[in-house]
Amino acid sequence: MIFLTRVEHFNAAHKLYNEAWSKEKNEEEFGKCANENWHGHNYDLHVTVKGDVSADTGFVINASTLGKIIKNFIIEEIDHKNLNVDVEMMKGKLCSAENLAIAIWQQLSLHLPPGVILHSVKLYETPRIFVEYFGS
Amino acid sequence: MNKKVSVFRKEHFCAAHRLNNPAWDANKNVEAFGKCNNPNYHGHNYELVVKITGEPAPDTGFVIDLKFLSDMIKQHVTNKLDHRNLNLDVAEFSHMNPTTENIAILIYNILREKIDDALELQVRLYETERNFVEYPAA
Repeated sequence: MIFLTRVEHFNAAHKLYNEAWSKEKNEEEFGKCANENWHGHNYDLHVTVKGDVSADTGFVINASTLGKIIKNFIIEEIDHKNLNVDVEMMKGKLCSAENLAIAIWQQLSLHLPPGVILHSVKLYETPRIFVEYFGS
Repeated sequence: MNKKVSVFRKEHFCAAHRLNNPAWDANKNVEAFGKCNNPNYHGHNYELVVKITGEPAPDTGFVIDLKFLSDMIKQHVTNKLDHRNLNLDVAEFSHMNPTTENIAILIYNILREKIDDALELQVRLYETERNFVEYPAA
């Protein structure tokens, strides 16, 4: 069993805003992240998979294949988008880094080939703020 | 002997924007700006490097007090731009595309008024790790 990590990145707008709350309560909870006109980030996404090394290829998964899966099913959906407005997998959810990492996990886990197990999704919102999700 | 020294202060801000020319139709905007034209905006973590060049003052040994420089940048630049929508929340961009080039020029113009005329000022602005601009061009 070995781990393989692929790093991708995307740029997106979002706001942290609970529609069930007043504007004042949102500003109190989320501060400047509640700006109604959005703000944005350069996100870095680290996807780690695990599995046995294939005797035929020496790979858990071809890193290029993993890159294409991430690009096709995640990056295409969220890069240069507004996470609150444009992104199907975030519909009805608060657009925190936590919820985005979970949504990315749920999407990716549908598209990995047999024998390749999703281990973690690590999502950097800024160089100093990141979340990690291990599927439970 | 030339005693000029350059000193630098780094700050950062996060903002949403889109690139769009209202004089063009939607097709031409997409052609020119690609995914940066997304009507609902996207965003970046901008990294700002402010460079000040001059001779160290004999009484302090400083080209500029970096605390003063930091306060000026925070008060007049990052407070204005951080966690904002550059198109909607920043008056200067109501009729100007918030490209990295134009943001750098705006930051330069703001800071130029706050910094001693005897000191040279240059602004480097990173939109992503790989895309950045400098103003004025060296």
